[in-house]
Amino acid sequence: MIEIDAITKSYDQTVVVDHVTLTIEPSSVCAVVGTSGSGKTTLLRMINRLVEPTSGAIRIDGEDTRNTHAYELRRKIGYAIQGHGLFPHRSVGQNIATVPKLLGWDKDKTRARVTELLELFQLDPAQFRDRLPRELSGGQQQRVGVARALAAKPNILLMDEPFGALDPVIRSKAQEDLLTIQRQFETTIVLVTHDMEEAIHLGDKIAVMDEGKLLQFASPQQIISKPATPFVAELIGTGERPFKLLSLARVGKFVEPGSAEGDPIDISATLRDAYAELLWSGRAALPVSEKGQVIGKITLDQLSSHARPQ
Amino acid sequence: MRPGIIVRLIAFAVLLTFLIAPDLFEPFFGMLTKNGQPAIYNQGSLLDLTLNHLAIVFAATFAATLIAVSLAILVTRPFGVEFLPLSRSLANIGQTFPPVAVLALAVPVLGFGTAPTLVALFLYGLLPIFENTLTGLVNLPGTVAEAAKGVGMTWAQRLFKIELPLALPVILAGVRLSTVISLATATIGSTVAARTLGEVIIAGLTSNNTAFVLQGGLIVGVLAVLIYDSLAALERWLMARTGQAKRAAA
Ligand SMILES: Nc1ncnc2c1ncn2[C@@H]1O[C@H](COP(=O)(O)OP(=O)(O)O)[C@@H](O)[C@H]1O
Ligand SMILES: [Mg+2]
Repeated sequence: MIEIDAITKSYDQTVVVDHVTLTIEPSSVCAVVGTSGSGKTTLLRMINRLVEPTSGAIRIDGEDTRNTHAYELRRKIGYAIQGHGLFPHRSVGQNIATVPKLLGWDKDKTRARVTELLELFQLDPAQFRDRLPRELSGGQQQRVGVARALAAKPNILLMDEPFGALDPVIRSKAQEDLLTIQRQFETTIVLVTHDMEEAIHLGDKIAVMDEGKLLQFASPQQIISKPATPFVAELIGTGERPFKLLSLARVGKFVEPGSAEGDPIDISATLRDAYAELLWSGRAALPVSEKGQVIGKITLDQLSSHARPQ
Repeated sequence: MRPGIIVRLIAFAVLLTFLIAPDLFEPFFGMLTKNGQPAIYNQGSLLDLTLNHLAIVFAATFAATLIAVSLAILVTRPFGVEFLPLSRSLANIGQTFPPVAVLALAVPVLGFGTAPTLVALFLYGLLPIFENTLTGLVNLPGTVAEAAKGVGMTWAQRLFKIELPLALPVILAGVRLSTVISLATATIGSTVAARTLGEVIIAGLTSNNTAFVLQGGLIVGVLAVLIYDSLAALERWLMARTGQAKRAAA
């Protein structure tokens, strides 16, 4: 659990982060979203003390972060940034092994961990371990950056626009991979982004920042259906709201008994996918399948009622 | 690349032969003498002079590297930034002083011989190394510096594992520049009785013997080219090894 308690940062007279208070639950993803210059990066960097707060406190599992040396704190917290920041003179394997080495892990354990992570991120160890970062594609570099952040099995992972430099296809793949890994290791993730779509997709909770202030801290459903200020509503995009709500829920929860005509939709698809398919094929209901077996149907009426704030 | 290496190897072989057995070249240098002047420098061993010349240059450059790099490290740390302008102007002053003036000023204090030459070469060598080390340390990619902090390296770990290795090629470019300047400047040291190749040139000038002047000049010139090229090759190798595209090096 990360407790951010009335944290403030000013440079000279300018307040960059203004009395932000929020609590991030263990094993959850908190997406910090806002326009450029709103103080997201500064807020994130205060968690691992790359920036020292002007006032306020941050506690991790109840322990004030100021009670530990900054460098020791950082070794326990994964940190991945836009443009990855890989060390250009060190091989992929050495980059990933950075924190384990700092922590004094023995050679075999470190090597095994590097292998494990390379495989997790679909990079063949035999092929990639000894390459230099510049010999990788942008997407591969980004994955190595996240692998390095996760190497010492931190409970917390801080990410500053980690997918910002990726093209859309690689980007959505990287987002899916991140969610899979997050669920597998139950990592607490604080992720900064300027993209509301990404925040809604990844966040269990979303923190909306503007001019250093926290405007709203709530679940994606609440942010979409009850934006706290006009600015939050604008970030979401008013015309997009029904679709964003639909994209948050999966077909599985809304299956009705019965069947319908035509090709089935998978139970794991989002309501948004189902809605698109209904409109496209001009049907009023879709059969729902699980592992290839039709188990029920989902109807247009139901979707419409879910696309409104409840 | 290939023909270049061959030319340099030949130049090195010729230089070595000349230093060990200068008399072999008597027919060539004989063409430049008149009135039965000696064709080959005869007031001491050319090999000894060359080795002494190189020793002075390397000692001065080594000391300059040590001090300049340490200074550049200090002024790029948070506690040292205040001294950045001061140290820059000091190093600049060292450079704007003509080496002859440094020699003239050093002799009353240090006496004749090698010492004033060492001091002049040392002062002269500081600036290029200092400036290049600064460039290398300051121009580190921002994300790399940020990541090094973010993973939890202490300042010493960041310096020795990240900053210096990445800056090394640029630092080396400064050392290369210093070495070559010193190699040429050291000849002036003979005017205050340092044993360098300048002796050969001065002996030639005072006795109006073109062959001597040419011998001294050629040895220094060939040494400079060979050392310059070897260090440049080492830099390119380091650049590739440290995974950096060629960065601007002074
Ligand atoms: N070291 C600093 N000194 C002065 N101002 C800074 C510093 N770091 C950030 N700022 C300012 O703080 C504001 C918020 O920056 P940042 O946290 O990077 O915003 P975001 O990540 O949301 O784009 C910006 O106006 C920026 O110029
Ligand atoms: Mg930012």
